[in-house]
Amino acid sequence: MHETMIAESIFKQISEEAIKQNAKPVTAKISCGKLNAINEDVLGFAFNAIAKGTICENMKLIVEHKPLQAICKECNNNYVIDFLSIKCPNCQGESMELLPDSPLILEEVELEME
Amino acid sequence: MKNVKIEKKILSENEKISIQNSFCFAQNNILCLNMISSPGSGKTTLLARTINELKNKTRIGVIEGDIQTDIDAQRIKETGAPVIQINTEGACHLSAEQISRGIKLLPIDTLDLIIIENVGNLVCPSAFELGESGKVVVLSVAEGDDKPAKYPSIFAKAKAMIINKIDLIEHVDFDIEKAKKDATILNKDLKIFPLSAKTGQGMDQWNKWILEQISNYQKQE
Repeated sequence: MHETMIAESIFKQISEEAIKQNAKPVTAKISCGKLNAINEDVLGFAFNAIAKGTICENMKLIVEHKPLQAICKECNNNYVIDFLSIKCPNCQGESMELLPDSPLILEEVELEME
Repeated sequence: MKNVKIEKKILSENEKISIQNSFCFAQNNILCLNMISSPGSGKTTLLARTINELKNKTRIGVIEGDIQTDIDAQRIKETGAPVIQINTEGACHLSAEQISRGIKLLPIDTLDLIIIENVGNLVCPSAFELGESGKVVVLSVAEGDDKPAKYPSIFAKAKAMIINKIDLIEHVDFDIEKAKKDATILNKDLKIFPLSAKTGQGMDQWNKWILEQISNYQKQE
């Protein structure tokens, strides 16, 4: 449910940009790391509710999920980790260090010029 | 059509205020811990017991976050510790801005530690930095030992994990070793404290850890 507040922040940033450029936003791309726990459907639903009747109405939100990465302490291999298995695909080692998770970023907005 | 690169952090506003909060804590030499759990894990009982047991050793203030009511704040008030209640009016987590308002209402020049009791929720609060030095996740045995595997985000970010209500362990299927293993897979530095805030069992280790954290923080600032 934290998606609601995140949707509000996205809405605010996009609206500011659209007004500045005197244009209507058509699509926006955001990226997020795994630990942000973003559910795309919930985020889209919240955004649509907020955007209704505004310059952002009908805008499409695209979410790019960035994988969580780790470095294997045995063989130094850099690999993508999921929460089901932490094993290094190279040496099968289980000792690893998590790399920083990607923050939530508003990457770009596609604008239709008025 | 025109593509405009924005490349801006979505939660930059919250992050900015959380950094201001952490400056404020540093200036006043106060350690801040953000306590996160699902509803009913026993956060308030743990807090009240911790405050009572550390009464003569350190000075603790509390920021209580709840969707509605001041029930938790009233329970903390009984311990004599300064407490501020924040009602989120429906929101599932506390934000840095609410904490910055809370800090102003606490007697911060008289405190060593501020504990924030976040809204009962294992997912949302973990996404919002408040300016704290560390997060403490509270899990109770009645919730099941699969929580670290099912809600990895908070367990990966926390500094310490409490396994509360161990006085009930005979009556529930909770494998402490499994919970510990799942939690430490993603967080090898996680400190784990099995305890019962009701009977007091295991409280010593937790209290000792808190005092160490305060002393390390105050030495560093």
